[in-house]
Amino acid sequence: MSTPYAKLPAWADYVLIPLINLFVAFVVAGFVVILVGENPLRAAVVLVEGAFGRGQGIAFTLFYATTFIFSGLSVAVAAHCGLFNIGGEGQGYIAGLGIGIVCLAFDSVLPWWLTFPIAIVAAAAMGALWALIPAYLQAKRGSHIVITTIMFNFIAASVMVYALVGMLKPPGSMAPQTRTFLEGAQLPKLNWVIELFGAKIRSAPFNVSSLLALAMAFLVWALIWRTKLGYEMRTYGHSPKAARYAGISEIRIIIIAMMISGALAGMMALNPTMGDQHNVALEFVSGAGFVGIAVALMGRLHPVGIVLAAILFGMLYQGGAELAFEMPAISRDMIVIIQGLVILFAGALEHMFRPYVQALFASLSPKSVGMEAVKGKGA
Amino acid sequence: MAQAAIELIGIDKSFGAVRANRDINLEIMRGTIHGIVGENGAGKSTLMSILYGFYQADSGEIRVGGQPASIKTPNDAIALGIGMVHQHFMLVDNFSVLENVILGAESDALLKKSIAKARSELERLEREYGLEVDPDAIIEELPVGLQQRVEILKALYRGAEILILDEPTGVLTPAEADHLFRILRQLKEQGKTIVLITHKLREIMAITDTVSVMRQGTMVATRETRKTTVEELAELMVGRRVLLRVEKGEAKAGGVKLAVKNLTVKDSRGVTMVDDVSFDIHAGEIVGIAGVAGNGQSELLEAISGIRHAVSGSVTLDGKPIDLTGAADPGELRERGLAHVPEDRHHVGLVLAFEENENSILGYQDDERYLKGPFLDIDAIRNDARDMIVKYDIRPADCRLKTANFSGGNQQKIVLAREMEQDPGVLIVGQPTRGVDVGAIEFIHKRLIAMRDQSKAVLVVSVELDEIRSLSDRILVMFAGRIVGERGPDATEGELGLLMAGVEHREAAE
Repeated sequence: MSTPYAKLPAWADYVLIPLINLFVAFVVAGFVVILVGENPLRAAVVLVEGAFGRGQGIAFTLFYATTFIFSGLSVAVAAHCGLFNIGGEGQGYIAGLGIGIVCLAFDSVLPWWLTFPIAIVAAAAMGALWALIPAYLQAKRGSHIVITTIMFNFIAASVMVYALVGMLKPPGSMAPQTRTFLEGAQLPKLNWVIELFGAKIRSAPFNVSSLLALAMAFLVWALIWRTKLGYEMRTYGHSPKAARYAGISEIRIIIIAMMISGALAGMMALNPTMGDQHNVALEFVSGAGFVGIAVALMGRLHPVGIVLAAILFGMLYQGGAELAFEMPAISRDMIVIIQGLVILFAGALEHMFRPYVQALFASLSPKSVGMEAVKGKGA
Repeated sequence: MAQAAIELIGIDKSFGAVRANRDINLEIMRGTIHGIVGENGAGKSTLMSILYGFYQADSGEIRVGGQPASIKTPNDAIALGIGMVHQHFMLVDNFSVLENVILGAESDALLKKSIAKARSELERLEREYGLEVDPDAIIEELPVGLQQRVEILKALYRGAEILILDEPTGVLTPAEADHLFRILRQLKEQGKTIVLITHKLREIMAITDTVSVMRQGTMVATRETRKTTVEELAELMVGRRVLLRVEKGEAKAGGVKLAVKNLTVKDSRGVTMVDDVSFDIHAGEIVGIAGVAGNGQSELLEAISGIRHAVSGSVTLDGKPIDLTGAADPGELRERGLAHVPEDRHHVGLVLAFEENENSILGYQDDERYLKGPFLDIDAIRNDARDMIVKYDIRPADCRLKTANFSGGNQQKIVLAREMEQDPGVLIVGQPTRGVDVGAIEFIHKRLIAMRDQSKAVLVVSVELDEIRSLSDRILVMFAGRIVGERGPDATEGELGLLMAGVEHREAAE
């Protein structure tokens, strides 16, 4: 009586329903394409081919996906502790400051494989520090974390403008960005992996930070489901009262969860800076922190789901760029619309099709939904 | 021959895979009080929700006054003269009695006319049925017994001929319950039909004319009340013989385990909830705290177990003080041998979204047995969980199942198993059997007695007077944050009832 939903087999729950939601999002997006006077089927082909058709596209898709994995994991870690960290954008942006300082200091003396770990630590530390203040305010004073993390996004933006037009900018330069990093702070590309499968790539920014993203996905899984800390975070996330009862300090768990979340958000800055542009420039995060929210929701807060959702959003970014190029009537904003629809159907309306799927399963095979065999016509 | 007020014929209702009601047939005679008993989840509430239009039956027919009726919404039910008093009152706290009564029955765009009309009608109803309430009193300032009267008045104001009461005495003192029963008898004499849903068998025996028993979604029997017994009803409810009163030997009380002195606790609004309370609990005894819900018992438990900070006073565990005013940490208290089964298992004692085995370590996650460095030792946790499942007969016996999918009784067993298996010196239990079915109550009571017989100190807080009386070696009664009396286990219900209502306390103050 307590659960209004009958059980579905796991594969339907985790694969079928998200796919249906995704499909519907694309169908609705198709109508928007018709509205602007283009052929939605051709648009879909261009989008998918742009993202996966050639080695070049695949490399770009995975490059975008890498950033989204970091930001998605960041949102998920906080969410498991019942906190909605929407400050990933600012935490990632401010991490650029740490990366910039490390790279400018060491790129002439150290090889990349020594600069990289230092930069990882710097990025994570800056992100964590940026999350620490809202976390402390939430834990000690009850200031709502959503409000404070948003405000910290603005503060981060201002701080970065100040740093990039001041101390980080090379003297005499007119561009608000650091000088180009030397080879000691340039991450090696991974394009050769795709070329192993016979694809040709001219130049694409797919780099070793993707491996770091996958490693982090694994570590987040282990943290959440295999460590005591993760257990405490989940307990607090589900029920703060139960956490109090279990002797878990509210202040400690909020601060730790937010700092881990901030550190992950900080690491997303490695990919565009050291991996692609080889400098730290204004606005280099460009919304990836917010995309992380959608990625985490769509991935159901599980690292595997997040990696898959990040690849989907990477595809939308890359394929969308191709789409805007091939079909001028469709601007880049179309991609924002599709993203919005995906979030709407996969997040907000997640359960919209569930009853129908259940009814279908119940009529096809009653056993699969845990129902007794149907006698006669009643059911 | 009396006429049927309500007939239910072949009612079926499923929620997904769960068949909450199957082929229910029931006839309720006009002008009688008809009791419906059953364990939690037996389908009583579902059946009444179908009658009141919250749910639609999958199949079957409802007849009201002999006519087939289609009840799709509560408004249909009200139009047919059916009124319902819910377990949790549906009142607007900051409205007056009058405003609550006309809510949803306003006849005009402007309230003035409706209010004037309602006032005279309300006064007539109050006179006729002995339901005195000040029409201008604000709901939140009224005691629960009076709030319930407002609920009844609301139904009568809407012309209810048939009144359904869902667990009406759960929040009342014995005296308030008696008053309610007098009102119900009066309503019956005026020709109203009353359906009383409860799990308290003594109430059924005291007031009903007919009683129907439900078990697992089916109607297993209907009896004339004077021709049945409590034992028979209990057996019908559970499907087997049940011991209603636990057997226990003499207590062999030892030294003081837990000493509470001059404890004062305030709630978050700064209201004093526990007022200068002192008592001791010895090894090998069960101390029961009786009282109507909301008289400070919850806050007392929370303060002792380190969840809530106390304002002043002291608590010593095995002679050593517990820090109550700042950093009392439930985790540290557990290490010192104080286990706590909280009143609210859904939000405090368990995380319903967790797997069963994850809940079996809640509060003991710092224990080295369950850890390998910073990692959880999943195998150790699951092995322990499986052992507890066997030992406490938790069903279904699946430690990977989500806790929300266990029944109330089994959820309570999960909490009890966890706290008892740590072999604590002191066990504090809030509402040990709230929402737990009869069969599991027997089991839980036996376990608590077994703890006592192993020389543990046990503190039980319960709003069920029967439970307090059958478990406790000493009974403390709480009223308005104070302990107003101590009695032995042979205290009569009337005596305790008066204490719970604060009668003796007030006399002493005068």
